[in-house]
Amino acid sequence: MADLLLSHGLILAVLLFGAGLLVVLSRRNLMYILMGIEIMLNATGLVFVLGGARWGQPDGQVLFILVLTVAAAEVAVGLALVLQMYRQRETIDADAMRELRE
Amino acid sequence: MTTACYIAAAIALLATGAVLFSRNTVHGLLYLVVSLFAVAVLFYTIGAPLAAALEIIIYAGAIMVLFIFVVMMLNLGERSEHRERQWLRPRTWFGPAVLSAALLAELIYVIGALPQGTAGSSMGARLVGATTFGPYVLAVELSGILLLAALVGALHLGQQPREEETSSHG
Amino acid sequence: MTVLLALIPALPLAGFAILALAGGVLPRRGIGTVAVGAVLLSALAAAICVIPMLGGGQGVTTVDLWHWVVVPGLKADMALRLDALSAVMIGVITGVGLLIHIYSATFMAEEHGYRRYFAYLNLFTASMLILVLADNLLMLYMGWELVGLCSYLLIGFGYEAPDNGRAARKAFVVTRVGDAAMAVGLFLLVAQFGTLNIAAIMDQAQLQWAAGQPLAIAVTLLLLAGAVGKSAQLPLQTWLPDAMAGPTPVSALIHAATMVTAGVYLIARTHSLYELAPPVQTLVAIIGAATLLLSAFSALAQRDIKRILAYSTISQIGYMFLALGVGAYSAALFHFMTHAFFKALLFLAAGVVIMALDDEHDIFRMGDLRRRLPGAFWGFLAGGASLAALPLITAGFYSKDLILSDAFRSQAGSGWLWAAGVLGAFLTSIYIFRPLFIAFGGEAKTTPQRRATRPELFAIAVLSVLSVIGGLVEIPSALGGYHGFSAFLHATLPAVPVAGETALGEGTLMLISAAVVLAGLGVAWWRFGTGAAVEHDNALLRLWGEGWGFDRVYDLFLVKPYVWLARIDRRDVVDLPYTLIAAAARTLHRGLSATQTGRLRWYAASIAGGAVIIIAIGVL
Repeated sequence: MADLLLSHGLILAVLLFGAGLLVVLSRRNLMYILMGIEIMLNATGLVFVLGGARWGQPDGQVLFILVLTVAAAEVAVGLALVLQMYRQRETIDADAMRELRE
Repeated sequence: MTTACYIAAAIALLATGAVLFSRNTVHGLLYLVVSLFAVAVLFYTIGAPLAAALEIIIYAGAIMVLFIFVVMMLNLGERSEHRERQWLRPRTWFGPAVLSAALLAELIYVIGALPQGTAGSSMGARLVGATTFGPYVLAVELSGILLLAALVGALHLGQQPREEETSSHG
Repeated sequence: MTVLLALIPALPLAGFAILALAGGVLPRRGIGTVAVGAVLLSALAAAICVIPMLGGGQGVTTVDLWHWVVVPGLKADMALRLDALSAVMIGVITGVGLLIHIYSATFMAEEHGYRRYFAYLNLFTASMLILVLADNLLMLYMGWELVGLCSYLLIGFGYEAPDNGRAARKAFVVTRVGDAAMAVGLFLLVAQFGTLNIAAIMDQAQLQWAAGQPLAIAVTLLLLAGAVGKSAQLPLQTWLPDAMAGPTPVSALIHAATMVTAGVYLIARTHSLYELAPPVQTLVAIIGAATLLLSAFSALAQRDIKRILAYSTISQIGYMFLALGVGAYSAALFHFMTHAFFKALLFLAAGVVIMALDDEHDIFRMGDLRRRLPGAFWGFLAGGASLAALPLITAGFYSKDLILSDAFRSQAGSGWLWAAGVLGAFLTSIYIFRPLFIAFGGEAKTTPQRRATRPELFAIAVLSVLSVIGGLVEIPSALGGYHGFSAFLHATLPAVPVAGETALGEGTLMLISAAVVLAGLGVAWWRFGTGAAVEHDNALLRLWGEGWGFDRVYDLFLVKPYVWLARIDRRDVVDLPYTLIAAAARTLHRGLSATQTGRLRWYAASIAGGAVIIIAIGVL
C-alpha cells in the first residue's frame, strides 16, 4: 500500500474543500453551486477515508458511505428545487431570488 | 504506489480547478467526474478499495448522472455560455478567493500540528460490511429514513404545477 | 375637640381620595354625594369647633398630628391651630365651599370630567383648610403649593382647548415667582430662629428684632412677594383675568372667595413681623391702593362678564391689602368675609347666565335677562349692590366703610390712601352696575336655553341673604355700634391704632363714602341704563381693557428673552449623550439591515467567514 503522509492527504482534502467553496461563492448558475457543494462533500468524505486508513480501521469507510448517502439525498432534493425554480422564473440565476431581503 | 497517489491527487486538483473556470455546464460536470475518478484512485492506493468502488458507482455514476439529466432537461441553449462569461468576472471571484485562501491557510496551519504517518493495510469489503452492520447499524437505518424523506421531497417538489382553477397547493 | 379639628381638612381629603381611586364605579349622583357630603361634614365639624369660641373669641386649640421634619436646625410638625383668625377662615371656606359644591353638582352635570372636577374641588378645599389651620410656616407653605396646584388643575379643566392650558400655565408660573420669593423668606426665618412655628417666630421676633431691622424688612418683603403672587396684586396680577378660562364655580371658589385671599391671610397671620418692618407695611398699603385703582379702571373697559368680576376681585383684594397696610386687620378680615359672600354670588349668578345663553360671555350680547332669568337677576343685583357698598342695606357697605374709615384714622394711614379708596368705591359702583344694566336691562338679544336648577338657585339664594345681612356683625359706632366681629378677632389680631382726633369724624367719612357710591350708581344709570347700550372704543379704553399693558411689558422683557435663550440652547452639550444614543441605534440598524441582501451567495459567504473567524479564535 502507498505510504502517504496523513498531513499531505489532509492538505489535499482541504484544498479540494476550498475549491468547492470558491465554486459555491463565485458562480451564479445554480447548477454550479450544487456542483460546488458536491465537491465539498467529496472532500469531507476524503478526510474520513484518510483517517480510517491512517489508523487501519474500516470505520472511515463506513462513515464515507454515510456521507455519500447524505450527498445523494441532498442532490435529489436540490435538483428538484432547481427544476421548480426554472419552471417559475425561466432562469437559474441564484441572484434572481431575493425576496428575503430586508 | 506512492507516486500514483500524488499523481491522482494532482489530477483531482486540476480537474476541480477546471470546474471552477468552465463556462459550459456539461463541461464542468464532466470535469467534476474526472475529479471524482482521481479521488477514487487515491482511495484505492491507500487501502480503501470499497470506498473507491462506491465513489465511482454512486457518486460519479448516479449523482453526476442526475446532474446531467437535469441539465439536459433545462435545455439552456446557446445563450448560457455567453451569460456565464459575463457572470464570471475577476471581481466576482476575488472576494471569495480571499475568503477561501484564509480558510485554507488556517486549516493547513492546524494540520501541520498533527501527528504524521499512515498505515498500510488494505481493508476489504467484508470488513467494512461487518463494521457497517455492527456498531453503525443505527446510522444505516437513519440514512435509510433520510433517503426516504429525500425521495418524497424530491417527488413533491418536482411536480408540474397544476393548471386547475382552484388548487390547494401546487 | 382635637379629633374634630383634624377632621376638618381630613374629610375633603378623604373625599378626594375616594373619588380619585374608586370614583370610576360611582354614578353621577354618587360622585356628587361624596363630594358635597365631605364638605358638608367638614363644615359641620368646623361649626362645632367654632361655636364655643363665639362667646369671647378666646381659646386656642392646637392639635399635634405627627412629627414631619426632624433634622438638625429645623423641626416641623404636622400640627393644626385653631384661633379666632383661622376660625373665620374655616367658617368661610367650608360654608361658601359647601354652597359652591352644591351649585356645581348640577352646573357641571353635563361635563365629561365630572368625577375629576369634584376630586380636584375636594382636594382644593382640603388644601385651603390645611393652609389656614397650619401651625407652622412649612405646613402653610405645603397648603400654599397645593392650592396653587389645584388652581392649575381646575383652570385647565377643559384641557382639550389649548387656551385653557395656557391660562393654567400662566397662573402657575406667575404665582410661582411669588412662591419662590416666599420660600427664600422661609429660609431666612429658619436661619434666624431655627423654627417655623408661627407663634414661636412671632414671639422671638418681638424679642430679638428692633423695629426697622434689615432682616425683618427682608423677610417681610419676601413674604409679601408670595402674598402678592397668590392674591393677584401688583405686579403679579396678570394671571387672574386669564384664569377665568376655568369653569365658573371654580372662578367663584378659588379666584374670588378663597385662594386669592391666602395672601391676605398670610400677612394677617404674620402681622407681628410686619409691625417690626414699618416700611414694608406701608408698601403693603401702597400696593393695595394702587392695585385697587388700576384694576377698577380695567374692569370698566371689559366686555366679558367674568373678566369684569376678575378685575373686581383684584380690586377688592387691594382694599384688603390697604387695610392690612394701615394695621386694620379686623377690617381686612371683615371685608374678606363679605367679599367671599358677594363675589361668589356674582360669579354663580354669572354662571347661570352664561350657561343659559349657551356659553355666551359678552355682556353686549345679553339683554333683558331681568325677566327671563329672574333667579340670576336677583342674585346679581344683591351681589352687585353689596360689591358697590350700597349704604346700609348691604354687607359690603359695612366692611368697605370700615376699611375706609380705618385708612383715614389709623396712625399708619393717610389721607391719600383714604382718597384712593373713595375713588375706588366710585369706580366700583360704576363698573358693577354697568353689566347689571346692560345685561339684565335693555332689550333681549338672545333667548335663554336653560333655566337655573334648584341647587343653583339654593346656593344663590343663601349667598344673597348673606350678602345683605352679613355685615351686621360689625356696625360702626355712628350707627349704633356693634363690634362683635372685631371683638372676636381681638384675641388674635391687634386693633387698629387710631391716631387720636382726626379732621373728619367717623360719621362724616361714612356720608362721603355713601354719597360716592350713589353717585356712581347715578353715573351708571345715566350712561348704560337708559335705552340701548353704546359700545365705546378708544385708546384709553383699550389700554384699560388690556390691564394697563402689563401683559405686553412682561411678554417683551421677560418671556421673549427667555424663550429666545431656550431656543438658541436647543442643542447643547447635555443633549449630546441622548442624541448620540439615538444616532448609534439608527446606524446599527442601517448596518445590520444591509446584511440582509436576500442573495444566496452572500449568506454562504457569511457562513464561510464565520467559520474562518471561529477557527482563527481557536487556533490563535
